[in-house]
Amino acid sequence: MKTIDQTTDEILDLAATHFNFPRAELVATDDFYRKLGIDSLQALELLTRLENHFGVELPDYEVQGVSDFHTLATRIQARL
Amino acid sequence: MDEYKGKTLSWHLADGVVELALNRPPANEIGLAMLDDLERFVAALPALETKASALILHSEQKAGFSAGADLRELYEEAQKMDTSSAAKGVRIFLERIHGVLNRIDTSSLTTIAAVHGVCFGGGFELALVCDLIIADKMARFCFPELRLGLIPGFGGIPRLKRDIGNGVVRDLLLTGRSINATKGLSVGLVSQVAAEGEALRAARSTATQTTKFDRATSAAAKHFIKPLPADELRCEIDIFCDLFTRPAVMEGLRKFVENTGAHPYLP
Repeated sequence: MKTIDQTTDEILDLAATHFNFPRAELVATDDFYRKLGIDSLQALELLTRLENHFGVELPDYEVQGVSDFHTLATRIQARL
Repeated sequence: MDEYKGKTLSWHLADGVVELALNRPPANEIGLAMLDDLERFVAALPALETKASALILHSEQKAGFSAGADLRELYEEAQKMDTSSAAKGVRIFLERIHGVLNRIDTSSLTTIAAVHGVCFGGGFELALVCDLIIADKMARFCFPELRLGLIPGFGGIPRLKRDIGNGVVRDLLLTGRSINATKGLSVGLVSQVAAEGEALRAARSTATQTTKFDRATSAAAKHFIKPLPADELRCEIDIFCDLFTRPAVMEGLRKFVENTGAHPYLP
Protein backbone atom coordinates (compact mmCIF):
# COMPACT_ATOMS: atom_id res chain seq x y z
CA MET A 1 0.00 0.00 0.00
CA LYS A 2 1.40 3.37 -0.99
CA THR A 3 1.59 6.14 1.57
CA ILE A 4 -0.18 9.41 0.90
CA ASP A 5 3.21 11.05 0.36
CA GLN A 6 4.20 8.44 -2.22
CA THR A 7 0.90 8.87 -4.05
CA THR A 8 1.25 12.66 -3.99
CA ASP A 9 4.80 12.43 -5.35
CA GLU A 10 3.68 10.17 -8.19
CA ILE A 11 0.89 12.61 -9.09
CA LEU A 12 3.35 15.50 -9.11
CA ASP A 13 5.77 13.51 -11.29
CA LEU A 14 2.99 12.60 -13.71
CA ALA A 15 1.67 16.15 -13.90
CA ALA A 16 5.13 17.59 -14.48
CA THR A 17 5.89 15.10 -17.21
CA HIS A 18 2.64 15.32 -19.13
CA PHE A 19 2.07 19.04 -18.82
CA ASN A 20 5.72 19.83 -19.43
CA PHE A 21 6.13 21.71 -16.14
CA PRO A 22 9.29 21.86 -13.96
CA ARG A 23 8.86 19.18 -11.30
CA ALA A 24 10.79 21.18 -8.71
CA GLU A 25 8.21 23.96 -8.90
CA LEU A 26 5.26 21.72 -8.02
CA VAL A 27 4.18 21.13 -4.40
CA ALA A 28 1.30 19.18 -2.87
CA THR A 29 -0.70 22.23 -1.92
CA ASP A 30 -0.64 23.78 -5.40
CA ASP A 31 -3.89 24.56 -7.17
CA PHE A 32 -3.16 22.46 -10.22
CA TYR A 33 -5.66 24.27 -12.46
CA ARG A 34 -3.88 27.56 -11.86
CA LYS A 35 -0.36 26.23 -11.64
CA LEU A 36 -0.56 24.07 -14.76
CA GLY A 37 -3.01 26.36 -16.54
CA ILE A 38 -5.15 23.46 -17.68
CA ASP A 39 -8.58 23.65 -19.32
CA SER A 40 -11.53 21.29 -19.10
CA LEU A 41 -10.21 18.87 -21.72
CA GLN A 42 -6.82 18.75 -20.05
CA ALA A 43 -8.51 18.14 -16.70
CA LEU A 44 -10.14 15.08 -18.24
CA GLU A 45 -6.79 14.04 -19.67
CA LEU A 46 -5.23 14.31 -16.20
CA LEU A 47 -8.07 12.24 -14.73
CA THR A 48 -7.53 9.54 -17.34
CA ARG A 49 -3.75 9.54 -16.86
CA LEU A 50 -4.19 9.19 -13.10
CA GLU A 51 -6.64 6.31 -13.54
CA ASN A 52 -4.29 4.55 -15.94
CA HIS A 53 -1.23 5.15 -13.75
CA PHE A 54 -2.76 4.01 -10.47
CA GLY A 55 -5.13 1.41 -11.96
CA VAL A 56 -8.18 2.92 -10.27
CA GLU A 57 -11.52 4.40 -11.25
CA LEU A 58 -12.01 8.01 -10.22
CA PRO A 59 -15.63 9.04 -10.75
CA ASP A 60 -15.74 12.63 -11.95
CA TYR A 61 -18.01 13.67 -9.09
CA GLU A 62 -15.42 12.53 -6.52
CA VAL A 63 -12.75 14.81 -7.92
CA GLN A 64 -15.04 17.67 -8.84
CA GLY A 65 -14.10 20.68 -6.77
CA VAL A 66 -10.72 19.18 -5.94
CA SER A 67 -8.02 21.56 -7.06
CA ASP A 68 -4.89 20.69 -5.06
CA PHE A 69 -2.59 17.71 -5.51
CA HIS A 70 -2.77 16.56 -1.89
CA THR A 71 -6.57 16.25 -1.85
CA LEU A 72 -6.39 14.53 -5.22
CA ALA A 73 -3.96 12.05 -3.65
CA THR A 74 -6.40 11.33 -0.82
CA ARG A 75 -9.14 10.56 -3.36
CA ILE A 76 -6.82 8.16 -5.14
CA GLN A 77 -5.68 6.56 -1.86
CA ALA A 78 -9.32 5.78 -1.11
CA ARG A 79 -9.50 3.78 -4.33
CA LEU A 80 -6.21 1.89 -4.12
CA MET B 1 -18.91 8.93 -54.51
CA ASP B 2 -15.75 7.15 -53.30
CA GLU B 3 -14.24 10.34 -51.95
CA TYR B 4 -15.69 13.45 -50.36
CA LYS B 5 -14.38 16.40 -48.41
CA GLY B 6 -16.98 18.54 -46.66
CA LYS B 7 -16.99 21.26 -44.04
CA THR B 8 -17.00 18.90 -41.09
CA LEU B 9 -15.87 15.51 -42.35
CA SER B 10 -14.34 13.62 -45.23
CA TRP B 11 -14.38 10.06 -46.47
CA HIS B 12 -12.48 7.90 -48.91
CA LEU B 13 -12.54 4.30 -50.05
CA ALA B 14 -9.34 2.31 -50.42
CA ASP B 15 -8.64 -1.45 -50.42
CA GLY B 16 -12.17 -2.36 -49.44
CA VAL B 17 -12.28 -0.06 -46.43
CA VAL B 18 -14.12 3.25 -46.16
CA GLU B 19 -12.61 5.75 -43.73
CA LEU B 20 -14.87 8.52 -42.48
CA ALA B 21 -12.90 11.25 -40.70
CA LEU B 22 -14.67 13.77 -38.48
CA ASN B 23 -12.95 17.12 -38.63
CA ARG B 24 -14.82 20.02 -37.12
CA PRO B 25 -12.90 22.13 -34.58
CA PRO B 26 -12.69 22.18 -31.68
CA ALA B 27 -14.06 18.75 -30.80
CA ASN B 28 -16.37 17.56 -33.61
CA GLU B 29 -19.51 19.02 -32.08
CA ILE B 30 -22.48 17.64 -33.98
CA GLY B 31 -24.65 20.47 -35.26
CA LEU B 32 -26.45 21.30 -38.47
CA ALA B 33 -23.30 21.43 -40.62
CA MET B 34 -22.11 18.00 -39.53
CA LEU B 35 -25.62 16.61 -39.88
CA ASP B 36 -25.67 17.83 -43.50
CA ASP B 37 -22.35 16.11 -44.17
CA LEU B 38 -23.45 12.90 -42.43
CA GLU B 39 -26.58 12.85 -44.60
CA ARG B 40 -24.36 13.16 -47.68
CA PHE B 41 -22.38 10.19 -46.42
CA VAL B 42 -25.49 8.11 -45.86
CA ALA B 43 -26.68 8.97 -49.38
CA ALA B 44 -23.38 7.65 -50.71
CA LEU B 45 -23.41 4.57 -48.49
CA PRO B 46 -25.39 2.21 -50.78
CA ALA B 47 -22.76 2.58 -53.50
CA LEU B 48 -19.91 2.24 -51.02
CA GLU B 49 -21.45 -0.94 -49.64
CA THR B 50 -21.11 -2.60 -53.04
CA LYS B 51 -17.36 -1.91 -53.10
CA ALA B 52 -16.21 -2.17 -49.48
CA SER B 53 -16.20 -4.57 -46.54
CA ALA B 54 -15.61 -2.21 -43.65
CA LEU B 55 -16.14 1.33 -42.48
CA ILE B 56 -13.94 3.13 -39.96
CA LEU B 57 -15.20 6.25 -38.17
CA HIS B 58 -12.47 8.33 -36.60
CA SER B 59 -11.55 11.91 -35.70
CA GLU B 60 -8.88 14.22 -36.98
CA GLN B 61 -9.37 16.54 -34.03
CA LYS B 62 -6.80 16.30 -31.23
CA ALA B 63 -9.44 16.75 -28.52
CA GLY B 64 -11.03 13.45 -29.30
CA PHE B 65 -13.67 11.54 -31.22
CA SER B 66 -16.50 13.97 -30.52
CA ALA B 67 -17.69 16.10 -27.61
CA GLY B 68 -21.29 15.49 -28.69
CA ALA B 69 -24.14 17.67 -29.88
CA ASP B 70 -23.35 21.30 -30.60
CA LEU B 71 -25.06 22.69 -27.49
CA ARG B 72 -23.98 26.24 -28.26
CA GLU B 73 -25.74 26.10 -31.62
CA LEU B 74 -28.77 24.45 -30.02
CA TYR B 75 -28.98 27.15 -27.36
CA GLU B 76 -28.50 30.02 -29.79
CA GLU B 77 -31.06 28.67 -32.27
CA ALA B 78 -33.58 28.02 -29.49
CA GLN B 79 -33.15 31.58 -28.21
CA LYS B 80 -34.39 32.92 -31.54
CA MET B 81 -37.84 31.31 -31.27
CA ASP B 82 -40.64 30.47 -28.85
CA THR B 83 -40.64 27.18 -26.94
CA SER B 84 -43.07 25.44 -29.28
CA SER B 85 -41.08 26.32 -32.38
CA ALA B 86 -37.81 25.35 -30.69
CA ALA B 87 -39.28 21.97 -29.74
CA LYS B 88 -40.40 21.40 -33.34
CA GLY B 89 -36.93 22.30 -34.57
CA VAL B 90 -35.35 19.88 -32.11
CA ARG B 91 -37.67 17.08 -33.21
CA ILE B 92 -36.78 17.67 -36.85
CA PHE B 93 -33.07 17.60 -35.99
CA LEU B 94 -33.49 14.39 -33.97
CA GLU B 95 -35.50 12.70 -36.74
CA ARG B 96 -32.73 13.55 -39.19
CA ILE B 97 -29.86 12.40 -36.97
CA HIS B 98 -31.72 9.20 -36.10
CA GLY B 99 -32.16 8.56 -39.82
CA VAL B 100 -28.42 8.90 -40.33
CA LEU B 101 -27.39 6.84 -37.32
CA ASN B 102 -29.93 4.09 -37.95
CA ARG B 103 -28.63 3.74 -41.50
CA ILE B 104 -25.00 3.44 -40.37
CA ASP B 105 -26.06 1.09 -37.56
CA THR B 106 -27.68 -1.28 -40.07
CA SER B 107 -25.09 -0.93 -42.83
CA SER B 108 -23.97 -4.19 -44.37
CA LEU B 109 -20.39 -3.07 -43.79
CA THR B 110 -18.53 -4.05 -40.64
CA THR B 111 -18.26 -0.73 -38.84
CA ILE B 112 -15.53 0.30 -36.44
CA ALA B 113 -15.23 3.45 -34.33
CA ALA B 114 -11.60 4.36 -33.66
CA VAL B 115 -11.84 6.51 -30.56
CA HIS B 116 -9.37 8.77 -28.79
CA GLY B 117 -9.93 11.54 -26.25
CA VAL B 118 -13.43 12.73 -25.48
CA CYS B 119 -16.31 10.60 -26.67
CA PHE B 120 -19.20 12.34 -24.95
CA GLY B 121 -22.95 12.61 -25.39
CA GLY B 122 -23.88 12.61 -29.07
CA GLY B 123 -20.31 11.66 -29.96
CA PHE B 124 -20.59 8.58 -27.75
CA GLU B 125 -23.91 7.85 -29.44
CA LEU B 126 -22.25 8.09 -32.86
CA ALA B 127 -19.57 5.59 -31.76
CA LEU B 128 -22.29 3.28 -30.44
CA VAL B 129 -23.78 2.77 -33.90
CA CYS B 130 -20.58 0.96 -34.87
CA ASP B 131 -20.15 -2.79 -34.58
CA LEU B 132 -16.83 -2.41 -32.77
CA ILE B 133 -15.28 0.35 -30.70
CA ILE B 134 -11.50 0.42 -30.63
CA ALA B 135 -10.27 3.00 -28.16
CA ASP B 136 -6.87 4.31 -27.23
CA LYS B 137 -6.05 4.32 -23.52
CA MET B 138 -6.77 8.05 -23.23
CA ALA B 139 -10.34 7.75 -24.57
CA ARG B 140 -13.17 8.76 -22.25
CA PHE B 141 -16.88 7.96 -22.58
CA CYS B 142 -19.74 9.84 -20.94
CA PHE B 143 -23.44 10.63 -21.09
CA PRO B 144 -23.57 14.10 -19.49
CA GLU B 145 -27.11 14.92 -20.66
CA LEU B 146 -28.88 14.71 -17.30
CA ARG B 147 -27.06 17.82 -16.14
CA LEU B 148 -29.03 19.69 -18.80
CA GLY B 149 -32.30 18.16 -17.71
CA LEU B 150 -32.31 15.96 -20.81
CA ILE B 151 -31.63 12.39 -21.82
CA PRO B 152 -29.28 11.37 -24.63
CA GLY B 153 -31.18 12.01 -27.86
CA PHE B 154 -29.19 10.33 -30.62
CA GLY B 155 -30.16 6.77 -29.74
CA GLY B 156 -27.48 6.11 -27.15
CA ILE B 157 -29.62 4.55 -24.43
CA PRO B 158 -31.31 1.90 -26.61
CA ARG B 159 -28.05 1.06 -28.35
CA LEU B 160 -25.98 0.78 -25.18
CA LYS B 161 -28.72 -1.33 -23.62
CA ARG B 162 -28.80 -3.53 -26.73
CA ASP B 163 -25.05 -3.97 -26.71
CA ILE B 164 -24.07 -4.34 -23.07
CA GLY B 165 -27.10 -4.22 -20.80
CA ASN B 166 -29.19 -2.03 -18.63
CA GLY B 167 -26.87 -1.88 -15.60
CA VAL B 168 -24.14 -0.05 -17.48
CA VAL B 169 -26.69 2.30 -19.05
CA ARG B 170 -28.03 3.21 -15.60
CA ASP B 171 -24.55 3.80 -14.22
CA LEU B 172 -23.47 6.14 -17.01
CA LEU B 173 -26.84 7.81 -17.51
CA LEU B 174 -27.86 8.40 -13.90
CA THR B 175 -24.44 9.46 -12.55
CA GLY B 176 -23.21 11.37 -15.61
CA ARG B 177 -19.72 10.10 -14.82
CA SER B 178 -17.16 9.42 -17.50
CA ILE B 179 -15.26 6.16 -17.88
CA ASN B 180 -11.96 5.38 -19.52
CA ALA B 181 -11.16 2.82 -22.20
CA THR B 182 -10.03 0.15 -19.75
CA LYS B 183 -13.34 0.35 -17.89
CA GLY B 184 -15.09 0.34 -21.27
CA LEU B 185 -13.25 -2.85 -22.15
CA SER B 186 -14.21 -4.49 -18.86
CA VAL B 187 -17.93 -3.85 -19.40
CA GLY B 188 -17.91 -4.87 -23.07
CA LEU B 189 -18.32 -1.40 -24.53
CA VAL B 190 -14.84 -1.34 -26.04
CA SER B 191 -13.58 -4.23 -28.16
CA GLN B 192 -9.88 -3.39 -28.07
CA VAL B 193 -7.72 -0.90 -26.16
CA ALA B 194 -4.80 0.52 -28.10
CA ALA B 195 -1.81 2.55 -26.94
CA GLU B 196 -2.18 6.32 -26.92
CA GLY B 197 -2.59 7.54 -30.50
CA GLU B 198 -2.84 4.01 -31.92
CA ALA B 199 -6.61 3.45 -32.15
CA LEU B 200 -6.82 4.22 -35.86
CA ARG B 201 -3.93 1.89 -36.67
CA ALA B 202 -5.63 -0.89 -34.69
CA ALA B 203 -8.93 -0.15 -36.44
CA ARG B 204 -7.26 -0.37 -39.86
CA SER B 205 -5.72 -3.71 -38.95
CA THR B 206 -9.12 -4.99 -37.81
CA ALA B 207 -10.86 -3.63 -40.91
CA THR B 208 -8.34 -5.38 -43.15
CA GLN B 209 -9.13 -8.64 -41.38
CA THR B 210 -12.84 -8.22 -42.18
CA THR B 211 -12.09 -7.84 -45.89
CA LYS B 212 -11.05 -11.52 -45.95
CA PHE B 213 -14.59 -12.75 -45.34
CA ASP B 214 -17.46 -13.19 -47.77
CA ARG B 215 -19.49 -9.98 -47.64
CA ALA B 216 -22.90 -11.60 -47.81
CA THR B 217 -22.04 -13.90 -44.90
CA SER B 218 -20.72 -11.03 -42.76
CA ALA B 219 -23.79 -8.95 -43.56
CA ALA B 220 -26.15 -11.82 -42.72
CA ALA B 221 -24.36 -12.42 -39.43
CA LYS B 222 -24.59 -8.76 -38.52
CA HIS B 223 -28.25 -8.52 -39.50
CA PHE B 224 -28.97 -11.54 -37.31
CA ILE B 225 -27.04 -10.39 -34.23
CA LYS B 226 -27.58 -6.61 -34.29
CA PRO B 227 -31.27 -5.72 -34.61
CA LEU B 228 -32.21 -2.07 -34.55
CA PRO B 229 -34.11 -1.24 -31.32
CA ALA B 230 -36.62 0.72 -33.39
CA ASP B 231 -39.42 1.09 -30.83
CA GLU B 232 -37.08 2.32 -28.11
CA LEU B 233 -35.41 4.74 -30.50
CA ARG B 234 -38.81 6.25 -31.35
CA CYS B 235 -39.68 6.45 -27.67
CA GLU B 236 -36.38 8.20 -26.94
CA ILE B 237 -37.19 11.01 -29.38
CA ASP B 238 -40.58 11.54 -27.74
CA ILE B 239 -39.13 11.65 -24.22
CA PHE B 240 -36.36 14.01 -25.31
CA CYS B 241 -38.83 16.39 -26.96
CA ASP B 242 -41.14 16.34 -23.93
CA LEU B 243 -38.24 17.18 -21.62
CA PHE B 244 -36.89 19.84 -23.95
CA THR B 245 -39.87 22.17 -23.48
CA ARG B 246 -39.18 22.64 -19.75
CA PRO B 247 -37.60 25.95 -18.67
CA ALA B 248 -34.94 24.04 -16.71
CA VAL B 249 -33.47 22.81 -19.99
CA MET B 250 -32.85 26.29 -21.38
CA GLU B 251 -31.33 27.25 -18.05
CA GLY B 252 -29.10 24.15 -18.17
CA LEU B 253 -28.01 24.98 -21.71
CA ARG B 254 -27.29 28.57 -20.74
CA LYS B 255 -25.15 27.46 -17.82
CA PHE B 256 -23.26 25.02 -20.01
CA VAL B 257 -22.60 27.58 -22.73
CA GLU B 258 -21.40 30.14 -20.19
CA ASN B 259 -19.45 27.70 -18.00
CA THR B 260 -15.69 27.97 -18.14
CA GLY B 261 -15.06 25.51 -15.32
CA ALA B 262 -12.86 22.44 -15.46
CA HIS B 263 -15.79 20.02 -15.55
CA PRO B 264 -18.46 21.83 -17.58
CA TYR B 265 -20.20 18.54 -18.34
CA LEU B 266 -21.01 17.98 -14.66
CA PRO B 267 -23.38 19.99 -12.45
